[in-house]
Amino acid sequence: MIGRRTFGLAAALAAGLAATSALAADPVRIAFIDPLSGPFAAVGTSGLRQFQFTADEINKAGGVLGGRKLEVIGFDNKVSPAESLIQLKRVIGEGIQFIVQGNSSGVANALIDAVAKHNEREPDKRVLYLNYSAVDPSLTNEKCSYWHFRFDANADMKMNALTDVIANNKKMTSIYVIGQDYSFGKAVAEAAVRDLGLKRPDIKIVGNELHPIGKVKDFSPYIAKIKASGAQAVITGNWGADMLGLAKAANDAGLDIPFYTYYAAGNGITKAIGAGGVGKVRLVGEGPGNGPSNAANLDILKRYKKKWPDEDWTQPRTLTTLHMLANAINKAKSTEPAKVAAALEGMTYTAPWGDIDTMRASDHQLQMPVRIFVHTNKGLETDLDNSGFGLVTESTVSAHAASTPTTCKMQRP
Amino acid sequence: MRLWAAVPRPAPSAPARSVLELTVFSLLNGLVYGLLLFMLSSGLTLIFSMMGVLNFAHASFYMLGAYLAYSISTKVGFWPGLLLAPPLVGVVGALVERYGLRHVHRYGHVAELIFTFGVAFLIQESVVLIWGKQTLDYREPAILSFPLFSLWGTDFPAYKAFMLAISIGIFIALFAVLTRSRVGLIIQAAITHPNQVAMLGHNVPMVFTGVFGVGSALAGLAGVIAGPVLTTFPGMAAVLGSIVFVVIVVGGLGSLAGAFIASLLIGLLQTFAVAVDYSLKDLFAALGIQTSRASALSDLYSVTVAQIGPILPYLLLVLILIFRPTGLLGKREV
Repeated sequence: MIGRRTFGLAAALAAGLAATSALAADPVRIAFIDPLSGPFAAVGTSGLRQFQFTADEINKAGGVLGGRKLEVIGFDNKVSPAESLIQLKRVIGEGIQFIVQGNSSGVANALIDAVAKHNEREPDKRVLYLNYSAVDPSLTNEKCSYWHFRFDANADMKMNALTDVIANNKKMTSIYVIGQDYSFGKAVAEAAVRDLGLKRPDIKIVGNELHPIGKVKDFSPYIAKIKASGAQAVITGNWGADMLGLAKAANDAGLDIPFYTYYAAGNGITKAIGAGGVGKVRLVGEGPGNGPSNAANLDILKRYKKKWPDEDWTQPRTLTTLHMLANAINKAKSTEPAKVAAALEGMTYTAPWGDIDTMRASDHQLQMPVRIFVHTNKGLETDLDNSGFGLVTESTVSAHAASTPTTCKMQRP
Repeated sequence: MRLWAAVPRPAPSAPARSVLELTVFSLLNGLVYGLLLFMLSSGLTLIFSMMGVLNFAHASFYMLGAYLAYSISTKVGFWPGLLLAPPLVGVVGALVERYGLRHVHRYGHVAELIFTFGVAFLIQESVVLIWGKQTLDYREPAILSFPLFSLWGTDFPAYKAFMLAISIGIFIALFAVLTRSRVGLIIQAAITHPNQVAMLGHNVPMVFTGVFGVGSALAGLAGVIAGPVLTTFPGMAAVLGSIVFVVIVVGGLGSLAGAFIASLLIGLLQTFAVAVDYSLKDLFAALGIQTSRASALSDLYSVTVAQIGPILPYLLLVLILIFRPTGLLGKREV
């Protein structure tokens, strides 16, 4: 009886030892929970590739914790909050400690809650949620969580920069706001109305429209409506297939007015806008765009293009996210999410293109320079969609100026 | 007129002109979209009336058409794609019927339904496997990429007029074949009296395969001409998949004319809904009823017609099923 128990104990110990030693050599797995099928598959797939590209680079340079590699694994959530929670369970079940997600703030709102609850219930199996693109301001304000970090400027920061440009145009008198009918689209519309009301109360909002996300087949009716409203410019937060459809319909109808956008580039959108949008389509974002930039950045763009000739390096924030995570793991000397989160707070990172970003501890919103780009075919170092068109920086808002205050009351564990 | 006068609106510079402009373009866009729906639903309604099978893979054939045409167009141009892709899709459809559906047929309608559901997945995944998840740059031919006319500064693309012409041509051709030709007579007879037609020496299974093939080819053709306008991407089948079922039920199962009317109706309904910014709150205001933001239903009141536009066809479907289960021109109940 005793002999058997001792044997069992020894076997368990041996197994435990084996597990620990395997763990040290195991890659640090990062779950990428985003759409890999359906209307937004193109955006999701390209995001996954950009993450995996950066992971490869970090691994080539030695990985983290003295030799462990980073591995980014895709989990398809079909941009559905419900599906994302199922994927999150899978991720937790597989013992993955880090998740990255970006497409849809609706999903982000579900994940931020689920992760916080899970971490409270099972403190020894915590996960850390790195948000690279869901920009609903509430995620770092009233809904902020210690386990969530955002590596993209939020919708308010971006709108602040966009409306500065619009406000400087003295001839502008009327604007049409159109967006997808969910938390992010509503946040953009709210920010646009609020910021324009403060900066240029004389500008009329002649339309404030929300359309179903990912369900509109033909945007022509919306374009006809914009045209009929007599608007002089359009503000839209549309992304993926919804941005592509809007740009296509605008081009077809010859709608010849400026578009102020969040995501009107790459994944076929730049090509669809083409010559019709030169000097008219503007985009608020991060990174250097298609120029001018430095050699280090050009090198990344070119190597990415070599690997994926049909795609472009469109989301520099994926690089920032992964490098800051790697730095935090090294600083914490652990992959334990609580320790990594503590290391991330207040961390500063200098991107290859020269931007200096800081993770604000009070709300976990990255403080970063925001740029306004213009769609053009002149002054490009590289292009998008192999179309000869791309984005050139028109103005830069410094990290300090782009910063917006937060109402977050961070609950620390 | 007075009803709406009480509602405060952001006044456009020239209200009368812009209303006319919106009406004309909504009408045109609605026609283009409605006729596209018709091309998709005509095949579906024929297949259903003949075999009693709701073909879930129908929209997938539409997608297949667009993708095949894209591949052909990159090699030899748009026009060969337009001519070759629909027959190719038709052959795929005929093969699916001949070597798949016909075997499943003996196990009853549920098995057939599940089979077509499986085919839809198969086509979807194959398309992603072959062409990838990226949106394809499938474009209209250069010869048609100019504005046909310009009204109040808005262009109407020539390609859309071309879409209209093709759709109307297909409708006339289908109608003529079904009602005027010998083949059409046999098809019509096979729909209602398959056994008698077989007794008369016609190969009814062959007719079924043919109809399935032609139905798929029509869906393929819809894909070929819609691809450049509605963008060619892996989700294109999903966005149109459910609406075509609404069309054939509203039109009446098996009725080509019904499908035509229902397609136009739904096309125009969805397009015009987008243009209407009024909500229940505006209606109440016009009637002099006060609504407050504090009211529990305030969110419901302030939803505009434009926002509920996408669900209007489904609302119509429910109403039709309640009040006229045969559909607009159908002869049998759903």
